[in-house]
Amino acid sequence: MITALSLPFLSKKPIDLPPIVSVELIQITDKTNIPFAPKAKKTIEKIKEKEEKLVSEQAPPKKVKKDKPDAIPMPDQEVKKVEKIKDEKQNPEKIDNEVKQVSEFEKEELFDPNNIAALIDKSKEEFAETEKKSNKVTQDQVANIENTGLSLSEEDALKAQIFGCWSIPLGLPYNENLLVRIKLQLKPDGSIISSEILDHARMNKPGQGFYKVLAESALRAIKLCQPLRVPTTGYERWKDLQLNFDAREMLEG
Amino acid sequence: MDMYKKIFFLFLFLFQSNAFALIEVDITRGNLNPLPVAVSPLSIDEVSKKEFEKILKKENIGSEISSIVEKNLKTSGLFNPLNKDAFLQEPDIANLKPRFEDWNLIKAQALITGKVSFVDEKLRVEFRLWDVLAGREMMALAFTTVPTNWRRVGHIISDKVYQRLTGEKGYFDTRIIYVAEEGPKTKRVKKLAIMDQDGSNNKFLTLGNELVLTPRFNPNSQMVTYLSYFRNLPRVYLLDIETGTQEVVGDFPGMTFAPRFSPDGKKIIMSFAKDGNSDIYTMDLENRIVDKITNHPSIDTSPSYSPDGKYICFNSDRSGYQQIYIMDSNGKNVKRISFGKGLYGTPVWSPRGDLIAFTKLHKGKFYIGVMRTDGTGERLLTENYYQEAPSWSPNGRVLIFYRETKTDEKGEGFSAKLWSIDLTGYNERQVVTPTDASDPSWSSLLSN
Repeated sequence: MITALSLPFLSKKPIDLPPIVSVELIQITDKTNIPFAPKAKKTIEKIKEKEEKLVSEQAPPKKVKKDKPDAIPMPDQEVKKVEKIKDEKQNPEKIDNEVKQVSEFEKEELFDPNNIAALIDKSKEEFAETEKKSNKVTQDQVANIENTGLSLSEEDALKAQIFGCWSIPLGLPYNENLLVRIKLQLKPDGSIISSEILDHARMNKPGQGFYKVLAESALRAIKLCQPLRVPTTGYERWKDLQLNFDAREMLEG
Repeated sequence: MDMYKKIFFLFLFLFQSNAFALIEVDITRGNLNPLPVAVSPLSIDEVSKKEFEKILKKENIGSEISSIVEKNLKTSGLFNPLNKDAFLQEPDIANLKPRFEDWNLIKAQALITGKVSFVDEKLRVEFRLWDVLAGREMMALAFTTVPTNWRRVGHIISDKVYQRLTGEKGYFDTRIIYVAEEGPKTKRVKKLAIMDQDGSNNKFLTLGNELVLTPRFNPNSQMVTYLSYFRNLPRVYLLDIETGTQEVVGDFPGMTFAPRFSPDGKKIIMSFAKDGNSDIYTMDLENRIVDKITNHPSIDTSPSYSPDGKYICFNSDRSGYQQIYIMDSNGKNVKRISFGKGLYGTPVWSPRGDLIAFTKLHKGKFYIGVMRTDGTGERLLTENYYQEAPSWSPNGRVLIFYRETKTDEKGEGFSAKLWSIDLTGYNERQVVTPTDASDPSWSSLLSN
């Protein structure tokens, strides 16, 4: 404050510094990090020792040395181990000489492989859930009427506007409960004073990547749409407004 | 008096709560247009530019990498990269501090910026993803690698952007193995070939002396299983792409075909035909123990594991017509899941576990479609004269398959090409290959 008073010329111009953002530095190594098959790894090590690398654009498939491969034990026969048939002359071409990556970050599993059983025969559950949801909507509509909130035409006008602004992220799963509730405070002209995601804590929880994506898309839609198409009268009725974004209907399409 | 006061306050409370009840509006529809994205060329300093020009023979490697990102995002069908001519801000300034109002003006909702530099003989690429409407940064990453890796850096950036904006992993840093075909139909030469998912870096892995069919990637390593001929009998082979080492998967006393890896990559599941009957078998690649999974006088083939390895889908004509079935991985609890009209084949379980892709033949037309694992929700994505063999992208969102078309009006001559289609059914694209192509198989993400 004292500095600003004593050196007023410094306070005239805000300093335009670039935003301080963190950059995650990631070293990409020279190979893919798909683990080698154990046998391949051994072969590569041998090749490295010899410091030889034959590369051929059009290499023939390796011919098998033996005329007859070792017999495969059938389930009803005694089990024998079959040795791997190799041809050392074959080209050890390394198709792609690089890149390993990256991501130590965002390791959450998007798909739960232990949950296949739940996907089979889950149609009944889904039906029940849909029914529950449709009941909820009806109750909301009833509540709106009782509270003399927005008339149907006012609500339709607002919905139609937001439909146009909301780019639904098409990669979202149709079978997850992703409902984003956003509370808005509006000015009389429909521009937004504040927007708040009601389940904000869910945004940063691990495994909630889809929710975060949907919430961000909903916020973008609101920003893109403003000023919102609100009624010209009755500001007190709608100055606080909650929008419930649910893409399931569209994604299931 | 107290009584009146109480009634008054109760009335006031009820009135107020009613008056300020929050209005809720359900938004259940939106537009399905691809998200407008601005991919600013990656900036590069003059010294680095010259160094990379010497090494990679590319005039501006920053622009080349951003072009790869742009192309990937466009082909996904989920993004609409905007025309660079409309960009108002220089790439180097945009990477430091985007003028969001400028990007807003051209309707961009997301912005990708970055810079490329030559550091210690290596390629260093930094990129940032910005939310234009919110006016904030969404992600910042930097990669360091050998300069020849520049294409993969573009794919990795695309995957990161895709994941951040859609919530699911990308599929750009992947490869596709397929059968390259040349020559007339009666004397067709078929070679194994591999390329990046965008069609670049195409390489042939075999000379074409022997017929090769149905290559399939191991989901966990650079290993491929495929079908080739040995003493005029189709046999299942294993090929290590990194080393070129190849081997026959055992000596079965009959034909083996339709091989595929288990999700852990430790087993191969395939069909084995003998005396006119074919059943499904697995072979453990470590100890070579073979297990018979189905035992039925009908033709059981095209097996594919669920991603958790607990179930298998396959097709069988045990009902009289070829249909899709699922069973436990030990062969028990066989259950038919396809009941639509027509014949169903080549079922493939999605890596996400929620869907099964298939080929369907009905009234002389071939369809590629998907259904849920209980057989409900069948959706036919594409229809044509002849097409089959869908293979999933590692995120379970896109299918690649091949399609044969007649090359002239008389119906003579034919051409086989690879095509991809996403689950919406709208985003169908040809994957360009130098020769005719069939039987594609999509790898897992190389950079996981």
